[in-house]
Amino acid sequence: MKILENSDKEHPYKEDEFSIFADQDADDGYSLTLSIENIHCASCVQRVEKALKEHKEVLSARVNMSTERLTYSWKGAQSFGDFLANKVIDLGYGLKPFGNSIEGNSKDQEKTLLRCLAVAGFAMGNLMMISIGLWSEEVEFMGVATQDFLHWISVIIALPAIIYSGRPFFFSSLNALKKRHTNMDVPISLAIILASMMSLFETINHGEHIYFDSAVMLLFFLLIGRYLDIRAKGKAKESAKALLAKLHGTATVLMDSKRHNVPIRDIKEGMTILVAPGESIPVDGVVFKGISEVDMSLITGETIPNLVNKGDAVFAGTINISSAFQLTASKASQESLLGEIVALMERSERSKSRFVRIADKAASIYTPSVHIIALLTFLGWLVFDQTWQLALLNAVTVLIITCPCALGLAVPVAQVLAGSRLFKSGILLKSGDALEKLAGIDTVILDKTGTLTLGKPELIEKGYNESQLQIAASLAVNSKHPLSQAISMAYSRELLDVNNVEEFPGFGVQALVGDKEVRLGRRQWCGNENNQETDEIELWLSINNEKICFKFIDALRKDAKNTVQYFQNIGYKVTLLSGDSNKIVSNIAKKVGIADYYGEASPIDKCEYIEKLKKKGSKILMVGDGLNDAPSLSLADVSISPSSAIDITQNTADIVFQGKVLRPIIKTIVVAKKAKKIIIENFMIAIFYNMIAIPLAVFGYVTPLIAAIAMSSSSLVVILNSFRLNSKGIE
Amino acid sequence: MDVLVYLIPIALLLSFIGLISFFWTLNNDQYDDLEGSANRILFDDEKTE
Repeated sequence: MKILENSDKEHPYKEDEFSIFADQDADDGYSLTLSIENIHCASCVQRVEKALKEHKEVLSARVNMSTERLTYSWKGAQSFGDFLANKVIDLGYGLKPFGNSIEGNSKDQEKTLLRCLAVAGFAMGNLMMISIGLWSEEVEFMGVATQDFLHWISVIIALPAIIYSGRPFFFSSLNALKKRHTNMDVPISLAIILASMMSLFETINHGEHIYFDSAVMLLFFLLIGRYLDIRAKGKAKESAKALLAKLHGTATVLMDSKRHNVPIRDIKEGMTILVAPGESIPVDGVVFKGISEVDMSLITGETIPNLVNKGDAVFAGTINISSAFQLTASKASQESLLGEIVALMERSERSKSRFVRIADKAASIYTPSVHIIALLTFLGWLVFDQTWQLALLNAVTVLIITCPCALGLAVPVAQVLAGSRLFKSGILLKSGDALEKLAGIDTVILDKTGTLTLGKPELIEKGYNESQLQIAASLAVNSKHPLSQAISMAYSRELLDVNNVEEFPGFGVQALVGDKEVRLGRRQWCGNENNQETDEIELWLSINNEKICFKFIDALRKDAKNTVQYFQNIGYKVTLLSGDSNKIVSNIAKKVGIADYYGEASPIDKCEYIEKLKKKGSKILMVGDGLNDAPSLSLADVSISPSSAIDITQNTADIVFQGKVLRPIIKTIVVAKKAKKIIIENFMIAIFYNMIAIPLAVFGYVTPLIAAIAMSSSSLVVILNSFRLNSKGIE
Repeated sequence: MDVLVYLIPIALLLSFIGLISFFWTLNNDQYDDLEGSANRILFDDEKTE
């Protein structure tokens, strides 16, 4: 393999320049992380890695299947990275630039929590081993020296572990206190710190009230809850950034009749830009030269491409399908429609965080009451017993025994179990709050194409015969147009030999079948005199003078009507919002029984509609699949998208479901409601436990053994109760 | 009871080894791509550096 050694030579690279996003490492190397598409199996991974590693400049190359990222590093010229990237593209894998810094934060948090959890688990195991020894023998039998020895070992294990593993709680409560309010972490931290200090004091004085094991157990259970929580939450943060990645690439700009690769963000008004087929259009502009078809799904949600001619306006983020054209930028990239959508999404994502979770509501009641009870215990014992040690001991016991182990597990365990249950039936929960929010919605907003319908045109079986279909299919295989592909899909038998195939962008395909010239394409182009273009989706075939019409329909999902009815029966308000023409939208709305529908809605219109409803206090579920739905998905209280949606939309949605039916949406709602019920039950259990435990602690009847048993059993009961989510009743 | 003086340190040491190896795997990013790692065992002849 010949490798370019001189970076000053003319670049052999293709349209995209990735290397400008590379980071410079120490000792003259570069590293680059890109998002990679179509990685499905081990052999894909191996092929990509092998292709990169066979160049001796490549220091490392690794594909991450879970996150679909490719990371590689190389030494030498920075631009060599593009050469490598194009090697991968040549293998048939799509690459997109992706900022390194985006995901760092939550990953690091996850790792820190895992470390804390591991240390707490280590300490808990060893402390329990020692504590069981202490509990099972009387001091008289064991001897004070042995008891002290075991206690000091406990100190040595517990103190470092508590200091290490308690950090997430200590820092979080410090932050809360600095801002002059409290959260659940304040009583946790207080209980742990006081319990450790008191236990240390008891150890020094040869006492018996050693709560190290309880304190560490508390940390361990709480860290499990915290870790599950962050795992459930971590994934939903990429959406606006993924959309922004579209603004990050480069565009081919023509200046002084030469091509230049210019980062999209640097494009100015008036520049002439060349858009190759398959590329997304970098900025809003007007077609200046050439004719092509553009996939406008970003704006309308429709997958059937629009014909664009000289003078037509095109929008950033839409995709050029058939042939290269030049456009004059009419706006700078940040001001383009795509830029506006990104800004909209960022705004809605910020406003989203205002949702108050059940757990936080519980904490806001729980925290002050526990502190007051502990304080009253201290004062009470001080007044009636007169010794401050005993008073403090009992107050601390109250804090330990009321510590919200069960409360901390109540929500995350139920969420993770519900999540894994849904995952098994092909429903992916991407944010932890999603279920909780879903249980409280009262309005459902549906998109049309790809949501109520399958989003793919299907050939209607009438108006043509078998041999005509065969000819049409033979031509259609030569085109990537969605309608051509629908014809190829509909015909599975032998194809005819065709010659001189020529595709006329925006019109159709022409070829010689035998000695006959055959055209497959638009009505007028196929020589039909009747100039009226109808609303129906159609494709014409002309063989000599014979004209055949193929009609297509974007079929409704099988259970669309039932699903809408289900929503209406349980009292949700259902609305249809679509970018498609009013006539088609009203047709579909009538078919499925939605009275409230709006057509020709741009992404911005959709957002405004949702904002208006939100102001009125509605809790909205948005279901959509197109790029044009992405901002409204992120604005709605909770959002669902089918897995056939494009990746940005899937990233934005809280929940993604697989399959050709809408049933999963119903199932998710049912599970969400059940999960909410179970979470509330869990809180009830926690409260019940506290009602028994608190009086015991207040009056000084709790020993370290009782504390350890009570704490672990309440946690276990909550976990077991959460498992009821997996019971059969839900189907 | 004297045997405790040996047994407890041994128990601690063993679990400490477990803890250290967990940290090692975590720092080596071995949990980053569980799906990919599961598939990597199917590779025929990946050369290691």
